[in-house]
Amino acid sequence: MTYTTQEMMAVAAARTLTNDDVCFVGIGAPSQACNLARLTHAPNITLIYESGTIGTRPDVLPLSIGDPELCETARCTVSVPEMFQYWLQGGRISVGFLGGAQLDKFGNINSSVIGSYAKPKVRLPGGGGAPEIASHCRQTYVVMAQSRRSFVEKVDFITSFGYGEGGDHRERLGLRTLGPTLVITDLCIMRPDPQTKELTVTALHPGVTREQVQANTGWQVRFAEMLETTPPPTDEELSVLRDLQARTARAHAQSKS
Amino acid sequence: MPRFLSLADAIAEYVHDGMSLALEGFTHLIPFAAGHEIIRQGRRDLTLIRMTPDLIYDQMIGTGCVRKLIFSWGGNPGVGSLHRLRDAVENGWPNPIELEEHSHAAMANAYHAGAAGLPCAIFRGYLGSDLVHHNPNIRSVTCPFTGEQLAAVPALRPDLAIIHAQRADREGNVLLEGIIGVQKEVVLAARQALVTVEEIVDDLRAPSVNSCILPHWTISAIAHAPHGAHPSYAQGYYGRDNAFYTAWDAIARDRESFNAWIDQHVRGRSA
Repeated sequence: MTYTTQEMMAVAAARTLTNDDVCFVGIGAPSQACNLARLTHAPNITLIYESGTIGTRPDVLPLSIGDPELCETARCTVSVPEMFQYWLQGGRISVGFLGGAQLDKFGNINSSVIGSYAKPKVRLPGGGGAPEIASHCRQTYVVMAQSRRSFVEKVDFITSFGYGEGGDHRERLGLRTLGPTLVITDLCIMRPDPQTKELTVTALHPGVTREQVQANTGWQVRFAEMLETTPPPTDEELSVLRDLQARTARAHAQSKS
Repeated sequence: MPRFLSLADAIAEYVHDGMSLALEGFTHLIPFAAGHEIIRQGRRDLTLIRMTPDLIYDQMIGTGCVRKLIFSWGGNPGVGSLHRLRDAVENGWPNPIELEEHSHAAMANAYHAGAAGLPCAIFRGYLGSDLVHHNPNIRSVTCPFTGEQLAAVPALRPDLAIIHAQRADREGNVLLEGIIGVQKEVVLAARQALVTVEEIVDDLRAPSVNSCILPHWTISAIAHAPHGAHPSYAQGYYGRDNAFYTAWDAIARDRESFNAWIDQHVRGRSA
């Protein structure tokens, strides 16, 4: 089957997850990837949304972080203070998903403002759960479509801390979690260099060139010596993903008023 | 025992210009009917507190009710920007608003501290985030036992909390179920609490001995407001109107279409 770069991104992100993962899921690309994993190779994965729903198994993707479907299909639903205190800060989450308007080469994320904070050119929604997802999950995965505007040398504002200025910056702040160990885009997969922590391309999606990745990145990109090619989506992965998207579109088009 | 009032009387009596006000409900049970009544009564200079301002605060900001916003995520969930919030911050329309920005963890802990009668919330947070440089209310304390530096924010103690719930009995006990967010915390943290409900019933029909019930003596007033959370939802009564949340993007993007929508759907004037 032919497929889009967005579908490749969703499939590549889903493949990184296992039955043993406990995921703190964000809306959009992360939610799609996590539910695709659950509907294919990882049926026992635990999905948690910050609205308090633990172990949820929605039939359609939620539009918001607290859609009724999430609560109705959850193992249990807890209050929001409990969610942030016991489950996130308590260290129960293996993988947290993050995205944002800007990502820099050390995995720092901006979801607050473009321009200055006091007089922003664009006021973005803000951090929400992200600042503490970035610090409390054992590791975080970033799922984001790549462009020069969004993959920048330095973010305008650090909403969620990745590796700061690189090297041992996380350790110096007292962080004991691994940080953004994986960035999945519509073009490639990046991982932090073990020493410098600079994001390095470790795999290209099928048909994507190094030049294409560079053209869509605002910093001088490093490529791993052993550069892999992501296996293309299988027919099964694509049909499950497309069914999920079609069910979701139908459900969200219905007005409840 | 709380007083049972009409929504218009409850808002007239409990909501005053210049007060601090939290209309809570995390995606679920957002008290839209109460927010619309505040817009109709033309309250001004409010300090609004809410983790996710959502469409209701976009509407209250766009109609000029708000002087300051304390929040942690100001978007239209799954859709994009809150355009009225952005217009106020970026262009000062219809009036400039002051922002006090936090993370969700901080806001949830701050309500929890308010309910617990503490002056501040202490938690592990904001590590490496630039938010600490722009919000003087984000500070730190040193753990006296381990020496760890922890984040501290002031407890949230709104003058008034407004929440929407599934039902109340005739004594005024209130039952919530589904995604319960921070509603118990905000009611117990606030100086007064107003609750709108889908139904007022003889028997609460609490599904479990551990159900989330706010006893009548924690609540100041109750107003019957069926469908009062729409386009948010009330689990067991009606679903979230995701089509409206999506449509709001185009309505709110433009000042004129926003004003026309408010006139028609909130103020009840024909266009």
